[in-house]
Amino acid sequence: MNMTISREDVEYVAALARLELTEPEIQEYTEQLNSILDYAAMLERLDTDDVVPTAHAVPIHNVLREDQVRPSINHAKALRNAPDGDEGFFRVPRISLT
Amino acid sequence: MESVSIGKSVSEQHELLVHKDVSSTELTKAYIARIHSVDPDLQAYLTVLEDKALAQAAEIDRKIAHNEVLGALEGIPMALKDNMCTEGIRTSCASKMLESFIPPYNATVTDRLQAAGTILLGKVNMDEFAMGSSTENSYFAKTRNPWDLERVPGGSSGGAAVAVAADEASFSLGSDTGGSIRQPASFCGVVGMKPTYGAVSRLGLIAFASSLDQIGPFTKTVRDNALVLNAIAGYDPLDSTSVAYEKPDYTKFLVNNVKGLRIGIPREYYGEGIDPEVAKGIQAGIQTLIDLGAEVSECSLPHTEYAIPAYYLIATAEASSNLARYDGVRYGYRAEAEDVLGMFKQTRAEGFGPEVKRRIMLGTYALSSGYYDAYYLKAQKVRTLIKRDFDQAFEKFDVLLSPTAPTTAFKFGEKSADPLTMYLSDITTVPINLAGIPAISIPAGFVKGMPIGMQLMGKAFDEGTLYRVAYTFEQNTNHHTLKPSLSGEVLASGSR
Repeated sequence: MNMTISREDVEYVAALARLELTEPEIQEYTEQLNSILDYAAMLERLDTDDVVPTAHAVPIHNVLREDQVRPSINHAKALRNAPDGDEGFFRVPRISLT
Repeated sequence: MESVSIGKSVSEQHELLVHKDVSSTELTKAYIARIHSVDPDLQAYLTVLEDKALAQAAEIDRKIAHNEVLGALEGIPMALKDNMCTEGIRTSCASKMLESFIPPYNATVTDRLQAAGTILLGKVNMDEFAMGSSTENSYFAKTRNPWDLERVPGGSSGGAAVAVAADEASFSLGSDTGGSIRQPASFCGVVGMKPTYGAVSRLGLIAFASSLDQIGPFTKTVRDNALVLNAIAGYDPLDSTSVAYEKPDYTKFLVNNVKGLRIGIPREYYGEGIDPEVAKGIQAGIQTLIDLGAEVSECSLPHTEYAIPAYYLIATAEASSNLARYDGVRYGYRAEAEDVLGMFKQTRAEGFGPEVKRRIMLGTYALSSGYYDAYYLKAQKVRTLIKRDFDQAFEKFDVLLSPTAPTTAFKFGEKSADPLTMYLSDITTVPINLAGIPAISIPAGFVKGMPIGMQLMGKAFDEGTLYRVAYTFEQNTNHHTLKPSLSGEVLASGSR
């Protein structure tokens, strides 16, 4: 099998995706992503130089509305699902260790 | 009376309610009893809302007692896939990440079904974040196929399909990103519609791939399906991808007549991987439609084989972006760590299951600097070619017809070891999402005791013609009247 994506690539992508992977996961995903990307390589057979990309199947445009104040969910409701909410804030661990 | 009425269609139940033969409370109690009796085996439900459902039913019964006019869905008990937000009721996406998430608002479909007077029985199982084709990726439970408990119900809306197939709900809503309504409908022998992209609001549908996701109904009959779509479809200013189209009354299309309708059979949908027995069953269905006067001929959608790679690149790219929000800060699971970056990474490592992580990885890679053009952009261009295939076919045909899935329901574990094998089983459904068009799966017979589904594909916003063909087929066959027998009991009008 072609090694389209290396172990280092997988570690780099995991960092981008904010995923802490275990050693077995790194190995598994390296193997599986290679197999999937190998399969996806068939797209290269198609000449798409003059083809416009489709982002949405149905043509849609920016949807605008008047900038008016409207009711929205209140503070308490917005915080109800927070794993650590306190006095109207979302509390997180410290941002930097240094 | 009660236990018989749970096997009836929505429209039959409506008549029973109107004529006071059954109350909504009796109907709701009968479904709850049914859930207690069969769901320990089937595991379709993640949450059952007994008290809330009975309170809603009592309200409808008061209306009936006062002889008020009853809407088509009023008093009818139903279930929602657990990725549709329900205010004050847990919406988990079958993920550890959202195990205790209580939405502060309703999805638009939840609101519309509530306004229509339906009774919410509960929330049903699915593949985690709707990623999968077997419901095996649920963090919570393994939903079983009522036709054979050793087999998967399909996915990702497995619970929603099973709830209807096993009479645990009169109808249900699922979502379909690459086949997640149609394939489980096919595997479980019920009717499942994926409407045109933009026909049903996605507000409050927890996003998987935003340019592909669409909500639609699972029902026992085609008429029921049209009734439910009537209630949920239509423009929603709160969804920027909702389309302000002229919504028809879909039941107006339910005529038993396909004379002169042009039906195309895309030959690429009968290629490698299609079980010959399934193809044979669909062939018999085609013959039925020919006998009823449809004009059927073969056609070609030449880029079909490219749909799987294009789909999996686009869907995972969108998913990687959509699922970035699960960071342990505002809602959902949080893992403890020393600093915030460690908290993000550990939260996502522990909160997501393997398939979700795999797709986030693939999508992040496809969008990453240096690979964007080769994968994501390329896939979007191929999407144009696939859409063009359909546009060209619909110049000559009113409807296209294929098997919904290449096989009948497979066994647990059969495809879960290799993700690519699982992905390839979506070949007959993913092109439709890429093109944004509507498609419906209807019961079309059985292979070795397992249901097969016939897929009808239509032009954008032409659900009506799909309902017409589906209804005509249904009126002239009896596949939809057969029911699985569970725990030794044989239900309703047919036997296998």
